[in-house]
Amino acid sequence: MIPTQVGSATTVAEFSNSMVYAAMLALVAAMIAFAVAFAVRRSDSVDLRESRRALVAVQASGAAGDAASRALESRPQPPPDTRGRRAGNIGLSLSWLATILLLVAVITRASWAGRVPWGNMYEFSVSSALAILLVYLAVSVRRDLRWLGVFLIPLVLLTLGLATTVLYTETQQLVPALDSYWLVIHVSMAILCGAAFLIAGTTAALYLMARWAQGPVKGPVSQRLSEIGQRLPAPVVLEQFTYRLIAFAFPVWTFAVVAGAIWAESAWGRYWGWDPKETWAFITWVVFASYLHAQSTAGWKGRRAAWLAVIGLATYVFNYFGVNLFFTGLHSYGGV
Amino acid sequence: MSATEFATHADPMDRRIDPPGGLNVTGWLRWMWRRLISMRTALVLLLLLGLASVPGSLFPQRTSDDFAVGEYFREHPRLAEWLDRFSLFDVYGSVWFSAVYLLLFLSLVGCVFPRVLVHYRTWRAGPPDPPRHRSSDPIVAGDSEVLLTRAEALLRSERWRVRRTGTFVAAEKGYLRETGNEVFHLALLSLLIAVGWGAVTGWHGNVVLREGTGFSNTVSQYDEFTAGRFVNEETLAPFTVTLDSFDVQFDRDPQQAGTPRYFDAQVSVSTAQSQSHEFLSVNNPVTVKDAKIYLLGHGYAPRLRVTDSSGTVVFDDSTVFTQEDSNFTSLGVVKVPDARPQLGFRGLFAPTAAISQERGPFSTFPAPDNPVVFLSAFKGDLGLDAGVPQSVFTLDETHLQQIGLQSLSPGDTWELPEGQRVEFLGFDRWIAVKVAEDSGGPWALLSIVVAVAGMTISLFVRRRRLWVVARPGDGVAVSALQRGPSAAVMDQKALLGDLQGPVKDSIEPQQVKEGRCQ
Ligand code: HEM
Repeated sequence: MIPTQVGSATTVAEFSNSMVYAAMLALVAAMIAFAVAFAVRRSDSVDLRESRRALVAVQASGAAGDAASRALESRPQPPPDTRGRRAGNIGLSLSWLATILLLVAVITRASWAGRVPWGNMYEFSVSSALAILLVYLAVSVRRDLRWLGVFLIPLVLLTLGLATTVLYTETQQLVPALDSYWLVIHVSMAILCGAAFLIAGTTAALYLMARWAQGPVKGPVSQRLSEIGQRLPAPVVLEQFTYRLIAFAFPVWTFAVVAGAIWAESAWGRYWGWDPKETWAFITWVVFASYLHAQSTAGWKGRRAAWLAVIGLATYVFNYFGVNLFFTGLHSYGGV
Repeated sequence: MSATEFATHADPMDRRIDPPGGLNVTGWLRWMWRRLISMRTALVLLLLLGLASVPGSLFPQRTSDDFAVGEYFREHPRLAEWLDRFSLFDVYGSVWFSAVYLLLFLSLVGCVFPRVLVHYRTWRAGPPDPPRHRSSDPIVAGDSEVLLTRAEALLRSERWRVRRTGTFVAAEKGYLRETGNEVFHLALLSLLIAVGWGAVTGWHGNVVLREGTGFSNTVSQYDEFTAGRFVNEETLAPFTVTLDSFDVQFDRDPQQAGTPRYFDAQVSVSTAQSQSHEFLSVNNPVTVKDAKIYLLGHGYAPRLRVTDSSGTVVFDDSTVFTQEDSNFTSLGVVKVPDARPQLGFRGLFAPTAAISQERGPFSTFPAPDNPVVFLSAFKGDLGLDAGVPQSVFTLDETHLQQIGLQSLSPGDTWELPEGQRVEFLGFDRWIAVKVAEDSGGPWALLSIVVAVAGMTISLFVRRRRLWVVARPGDGVAVSALQRGPSAAVMDQKALLGDLQGPVKDSIEPQQVKEGRCQ
């Protein structure tokens, strides 16, 4: 738990911590707003059903998914669903607020510690939460992502919740091996990729759900899930969104891993040593490379590719939590 | 493959390849080869590579932590034996791991070279003929000859690759996508070769230096030396390195007490041509010729002076003690073969000494706040003349007899029963350095940079085609094709706009029939 009384010298750190708590409050409110927005999405279900029919027709005629997705994206707007839109907008505004609060938290912590704010897992986690929000909001500027909020914000909250409880650490100086400008490149890229992978993994999972909702419905639970699935954007839209995020994140991830190798060379005298952290970074890389291949391999595009995106995210998360906490290796001195 | 489809080079490889009917050997080989280089096989091999890497993170590996492997064998002897049979302690050098990546790279070779050829041919051939006319293709009225000429000029000015015939203009853009992809895959091959080259031409050695001592770059001077097949004594550049001084600082904040915060080793490096003083630290290796010197570890070396009963100094040196815990409780052995009888000491050095009932002497902090050495003295025959090489860290007690125990602070003297005197003069610091030459490194790095560049291009460039086809009566039809989203419609709209002024009937996107996109 974050200690409330740590002595006079830590007031800046305390301020940073309270910013994190404030951001979490804003996020809880945002989550509720997004949930309301998602729940009343049903009110445009006539339009949804219609576009779904159009989609099926387009798919049946053998045309590509792209055309169908464009059909959905550029359809004349449905009669404004004011309640849902308003709730969604509130959710977005609150997310912006939380982002600003987290930004303040990260900056104050960094300025107080006199270094980049990625010295231990608490700081990684807060920065990751910030990155997820930033990527989400940056994309929302150009695309309507209000439907995603209700799924994504809980993940951000989970990250922050773990950070403030299990992972909390007082600020320290970096151990010498971590004190390098390659750290800045390596870790900032990795955090950015983590955010993109998390969103892509989420939309890939939603894609699987949306596909599933198209199938026959059995039983009441399945009925409810299917209702959720039907309120999601069309599968092609989800698929393409996932692809674009991964296409963006994959080169960045490659770069992050390479920066890590360069850093390892200067710190330990070898570029690559199959340390558990390195191994899992490699596994993540291979899984997303497979995803990109799968997207252009008949029989793999679609569901299997989406599963690969989800697995890729899982390997990233495992590397982040699992390897730091359960394995010993050169990387484990990041400090929990 | 119809003209409306892009000739992606994945496609021909990707068709179901049926095994040949007759059991002709070359036929089978050919079939197997084509299977191997198919996209689906590449995908499965990639996934296998990921899967095959997992066990290396679960079990300790000989290459990175031989000691932990030994521990594992001690704790689970039966299991370890079985794991070892499947190379689970040498995953990344194992037969099965190598098999996966070699197959993958073979598949890559078989995949990428034909693709380069096909890509070159499609580039040479220029944009293909237009697809069959579709009723959905928008039409621009006017003199078709004039419109075609205008379209050609417009497209050329926007740097499309254009082919004009009497009846149509075909234009294509985005060849770089495929080029980038091929560059990427070729760079991966180059990376593998670089890593292989580094493995046969590289070498690394470990050596421990006490303050004031040095080493020269020859195989015999290293405590541990590993080299690739193409390395021999002559390939090592001649130089010597001496440790002038070493300083380290530890965190005293109670939460992270004892974490090292700062290392600073001052070394002198001399080669045949020059001599220089360098600052060596973690993250800050020193480069000498093609070799690099890294600081990996450090510790204490207590300095003892032993005087025999006649007053002759028989030993005066510091001895490297190895770190046992994070507070630098350190163990070592001091051998004095010149004493008569020979003397040996087992020692424990604690930079900040404390004694507890359970643990005996140990250190509570890594900095030398209260340095004490605890010695156990032996006399007799050290067994050094037996011709069997002995570790400097072990004492062979077979012909030795224990004669006393003592703890000493710096400056203390201990009188042994037979009149010899042992003085604890203080301590030196030592550092462990790694010296390595990796000629594959820069090449590998370059390959990766090229690979990332190629990949980025291939992921962001879109390949598009446009056709403007003269209509039998008058006017032209405009159609578009692309891989990847929405660009084609924009191209089509833009061109239409340019051809006829403002577009009257906005083109409904779904009317544009796509080719097979992915
Ligand atoms: C070491 C093994 C391999 C790795 C790590 C790898 C990685 C990648 C990556 C990251 C991409 C997406 C980026 C891009 O489009 O340039 C890609 C695309 C592609 N790869 Fe590979 N690849 C490997 C082997 C192969 C092999 C053996 C083949 C041939 C069977 C192949 C065929 C392709 C094709 C056709 C694409 C283009 C897909 C598209 O345009 O969407 N790759 N590869």
